[in-house]
Amino acid sequence: MAILSKPNVPQFSVDVYQNEYLPEGGREVNAIVTVTSTGGGTTGGHPMPGAASGAQSGPGAGVVIMVDCSGSMEYPPTKMRNARDATAVAIDAIRDGVAFAVIGGTHVAREVYPANGGLAVADPATRAQAKQALRRLTAGGGTAIGTWLRLADKLLSSGDAAIRHGILLTDGRNEHEKPEELQSALDTCAGRFTCDARGVGTDWEVKELTGIASALLGSVDIVADPAGLAADFQSMMEKAMGKEVADVSLRLWTPQGSEIVFVKQVAPAVEDLTARRAEAGPRAGDYPTGSWGDESRDYHVCVRVPNAGVGQEMLAARLSLVLPQPDGTPQVLAQGLVRALWTDDMAASTRINPQVAHYTGQAELAQAIQQGLEARKSGDMDGATAKLGRAVQLASALGNEDTAKLLAKVVDVVDAPSGTVRLKARVADADEMTLETRSTKTVRVKK
Amino acid sequence: MPPLPESARATQPVSPALCPNCADPLDADDRYCGSCGLDLTAPAPAAAAPPAAAPPPAAAAAEAGEGPATDAFVLAPPKPPRAAPEAADGDTLALGVAVPGARPSVPDGPVCVACGLGGVDDDGYCEHCGHAQPRQRDHQEQELAGVAAVSDRGLRHHRNEDAFAVATTELPDGTPAVAAVVCDGVSTAYRPDDASAAASAAGRESLLAALERGTPAEDAMRTALMAAFDAVTALADEEEPAGGVPHHNSPACTCVSAVVTGPVFTVGWIGDSRAYWVPDDRTQPASRLTEDDSWAARMVSAGLMSEAEAYADARAHAITGWLGADAVEVDPHVAAFQPEGPGVIVVCTDGLWNYAESAAEMAEALPADARVRPLHSARTLLGVALDGGGHDNVTVAVLPFPAAVSRAGFPSA
Repeated sequence: MAILSKPNVPQFSVDVYQNEYLPEGGREVNAIVTVTSTGGGTTGGHPMPGAASGAQSGPGAGVVIMVDCSGSMEYPPTKMRNARDATAVAIDAIRDGVAFAVIGGTHVAREVYPANGGLAVADPATRAQAKQALRRLTAGGGTAIGTWLRLADKLLSSGDAAIRHGILLTDGRNEHEKPEELQSALDTCAGRFTCDARGVGTDWEVKELTGIASALLGSVDIVADPAGLAADFQSMMEKAMGKEVADVSLRLWTPQGSEIVFVKQVAPAVEDLTARRAEAGPRAGDYPTGSWGDESRDYHVCVRVPNAGVGQEMLAARLSLVLPQPDGTPQVLAQGLVRALWTDDMAASTRINPQVAHYTGQAELAQAIQQGLEARKSGDMDGATAKLGRAVQLASALGNEDTAKLLAKVVDVVDAPSGTVRLKARVADADEMTLETRSTKTVRVKK
Repeated sequence: MPPLPESARATQPVSPALCPNCADPLDADDRYCGSCGLDLTAPAPAAAAPPAAAPPPAAAAAEAGEGPATDAFVLAPPKPPRAAPEAADGDTLALGVAVPGARPSVPDGPVCVACGLGGVDDDGYCEHCGHAQPRQRDHQEQELAGVAAVSDRGLRHHRNEDAFAVATTELPDGTPAVAAVVCDGVSTAYRPDDASAAASAAGRESLLAALERGTPAEDAMRTALMAAFDAVTALADEEEPAGGVPHHNSPACTCVSAVVTGPVFTVGWIGDSRAYWVPDDRTQPASRLTEDDSWAARMVSAGLMSEAEAYADARAHAITGWLGADAVEVDPHVAAFQPEGPGVIVVCTDGLWNYAESAAEMAEALPADARVRPLHSARTLLGVALDGGGHDNVTVAVLPFPAAVSRAGFPSA
């Protein structure tokens, strides 16, 4: 295992926002936990494409790019060309010393570069060779994403990279393997590497890619116009290069007799982590958060604690960020406390924490969009109008300007504050898919 | 005292200040807690864990070495007698520790007062049930020759925002002086507990210094109230969180002090904490010595409402005078009294006087021998407030008059 020397590990800080006062008989405690990591290594926050960071001894990071080479990529022919170009740009963004590989994906996965069953170490020569190899990419065959992921996992685990990341590009549905096979591949790969997924064009399935990105703790987005691929790949790769510490878990301790209602990441995007709990000692569980660079994420934790009398104080949850060490003992990077205080002061117990309110709204917004689009697909126009109207109202009230713009492409907004909308008769597939894919993107509380 | 078995004697804690179960104060020779009945001669369950038990995680062991960082309990459980591990093992059942599997996690430090199972973490919470552990300020008592005070969290508030300070000194001419300062933090303000602590400490220091210089008691009292005011005001300037939301509610508290100097005593106050005079001769009327800075008191004094009407109003307890940076007006009230006979001065916060509002009620609640047993009397008055519901923090100081400083002390039981 690569040893992450201390100075390169970012500093983590945890801030808890909550109204700790509960009324008599109140049991539900909500808190927003902001986790920020800052000041990592010398390149932290400034990932320079191609910049020399030769000081690194041995590859600390490994990245595998999976490019869809199925037959459909040939139509229109620009798609394959753009995918090739985008991959080349991504390769250029790989930092010196980072281990990498390229996989061509069809109904089977094929190593494109370095094609020796392992990873190549990035330097000017290997980057040039990799780009040469891209010319051999041709379209033809089916789509079996599970096989691509398994190969990526095999390649990444052949090296000793601490931070392992994949980038997956596809344009179609996972038609040439059973959903269970993809699921089993995801189960195998979860926790072994992180993966961003991109759908190009409009023939892919939003739920499928969202599921992959979600299971592998990565981002998902649509690239409706293949011409936009290069820029997107570059920014994705830069983000991946900015990661400095992998396999961080959010550890949640709750008192005896309490029950965890949910644990969600709420910024930068909504991601329900409740079911991902791994037990970690008495009354504690770990939720995976993947790898971190210089960044900040928000989590919404909701715990139901046993009732206690007015005047009592209880620790409702202790949140810590833990990093497993090679010797098995977890290193606690930072922690925060969620408290519960029972009071008969109505003014205190009825106060709503602005952060909690904001993210409750953000989660409802994502849900309203997904339900609205679902209803629209199934022909329930009234249901769709109601849900999407609510989404427009929330987006306007919460300041999700980007989401509001996407919604305006699907519905005619009559009055945003009241949520009055009319469904558009004709909606471009790309607009609908963009809205669905980005429905979970959130904005933070206005300063 | 009947002879104790050898092992029990060895395990007897070295005069713990507080009961590990209920935080009630203990005497050195107590074998059972007077409040909850906990067997104090039994070793704490944590101590009973034999070395052969499953080793705790490395982190827990390190923690135990340092002892609790919390200020909750001074009490460290006694070290187990190596000689009799089996006996000790049996004794732990006293606390009902019978949950299989819970044992290895039972720490070496203090044990939770709420569930008796978990250890206490560095933040002062139980590692098992999460309950906050009693803090030092939850219940405080102090007795000096000539004055005793008790402060308690009460039953409905999660922390004690009251504070007191007591002191004795001598005037330049050798006359003994006994003082008590009682402060009540304003709950709706920010850091009310810090405000009351700062005000009582600053008030006490200022009062003592002035009296020792020979300043007349009334002037000393006025100066002390202003010193307390300055101390609370200074809190507002402290640690305004950088870039954070400014606190519109500056720390604030009320303050009432009494000082006995020779044949007179002087009372000073700002806010709605009170002082009462209760003569030894209970046939004489007791009296309230302070006039609240409160909405109700103002209404009554302005003749707009009767006392009954005013105190029935929801706004009755809104205070019109307090110590704090946002105080509208600072008007320290000072009054001196020269009683004809002996008696006691009761200085208290509204946590007590809500349950004994009139001077007659206060006199009735006060034991007849209050002058010779001030600490017992203060505890009795606290009991009255807690029996009444304990809706607020309760703080009460009892000062015998004339000052009884020449005596070495008071019987404690």
